[in-house]
Amino acid sequence: MSEIQVGQINSTDGSTAITTGADGYVSFAKTQIGGRRNLIINGAMQVAQRGTSATGFTSTGFRTCDRFRTSLFSLGTWNEEQSTDAPDEFASSFKVTCTSPTGTLAAGDFGYIRYMFEGNELQGLAYGTSSAKAMTLSFWVKSNKTGSASVQLLQNDNSSKNISPSYTISSADTWEYKTISIPADTAGSIDNDNGPAVSLIWWLHSGTTFTGGSNQTTWATYDATDSNASNLGVGATANDYFQITGVQLEVGSVATPFEHRSFGEELQLCKRYFHRWGGDNTMGGHPMFNGGGNWATTVYHFPVEMRGGPSASITNNGMFYYENGGTRSSSPSSPSISENTKQYIRFDMNSLAASATQGYAGGLYFGSTDYVDLDAEL
Amino acid sequence: MEQINITSAQYIANVITGENSVIKATIDGITMSVPLDPANRHYAEIMRQVEAGELTIQEADTPE
Repeated sequence: MSEIQVGQINSTDGSTAITTGADGYVSFAKTQIGGRRNLIINGAMQVAQRGTSATGFTSTGFRTCDRFRTSLFSLGTWNEEQSTDAPDEFASSFKVTCTSPTGTLAAGDFGYIRYMFEGNELQGLAYGTSSAKAMTLSFWVKSNKTGSASVQLLQNDNSSKNISPSYTISSADTWEYKTISIPADTAGSIDNDNGPAVSLIWWLHSGTTFTGGSNQTTWATYDATDSNASNLGVGATANDYFQITGVQLEVGSVATPFEHRSFGEELQLCKRYFHRWGGDNTMGGHPMFNGGGNWATTVYHFPVEMRGGPSASITNNGMFYYENGGTRSSSPSSPSISENTKQYIRFDMNSLAASATQGYAGGLYFGSTDYVDLDAEL
Repeated sequence: MEQINITSAQYIANVITGENSVIKATIDGITMSVPLDPANRHYAEIMRQVEAGELTIQEADTPE
């Protein structure tokens, strides 16, 4: 039996066709090989259930593209958007722009973009065993800033054990493709649960608490100064911006082409962590009326089971429509939520009009600005 | 590095059972109904602040 040992096979025009990694993983440069390689949900930034833009914020929060959070502490004022500016292969990107930088940067000030994994998503990595697998992170990035930048993975289950490699943005205002190797970790196991397990962070800017150390290329004990050792400094001046899309984290030592999933599939995956009920000029619920008081209730079952019981926030109140002696009437409700589970919420309408207290069935109507946000993010 | 600003918290009782079922809290300026679920990040932070003596959860009002 004969065999060949080769790291790369080129096509007839000299371009790379096949790359092989030392661990046996193979990447085909222009072929969409088997699915479910990408551990990231919404890596193409297709889904933005909360909205496509947010302006003038100064603190941490989920605002536009699902699963991706901007984390800020005393780093000025920012805008965020699901931008239509993206590399040819993509329709959207996640963009943050500093509109008003902080004055003097204090040591503990920071800004970064964060994605968080559940532990049960990462069991295939076999961390903490001799079979632990390496990973490769790939993404497209664009910024007005050039130079070295830091990306970081933190193991929440292992005292923030981390890796913080650097990458370089070579040209301003230009989309660039980056790949970063993440070595296996045979020493730190990841809990098989629905809790926060590994954070993936793109650093924007920070004070000295998070700089001054070294970019770690192997899993290392957490030292805050290693986090953003190569500080790109996005947000040091007004109109600094940073965009990413095509984010892929996969098992193996070579980056394969981005795994495109359908919008519907990504949307369903995102709804495990967040979704919005209402806001669509429809009857969102069909409560039975309680004749014993000015109160009615309905149960809303989620389209997918959420990661855990969600925090629920109500924007505007909706209306309670009911039939009373053949006449359709409505009453504004004063809603509250009295049960949150990972499968449903119970939505109570209180202080309804006296004419509604007749034991008739009714429905809950959501106008375009009436909705309930259900948040089970990590 | 996480900052969650919680300015008020009160238990809400299930109108049918009368048992505490959620916490109504103001978190980063937004009123939220937070489940009593340790996997929920807001609940975890509420309990952390309670244990640190930084926050008190008010008792539930009598159900309507």
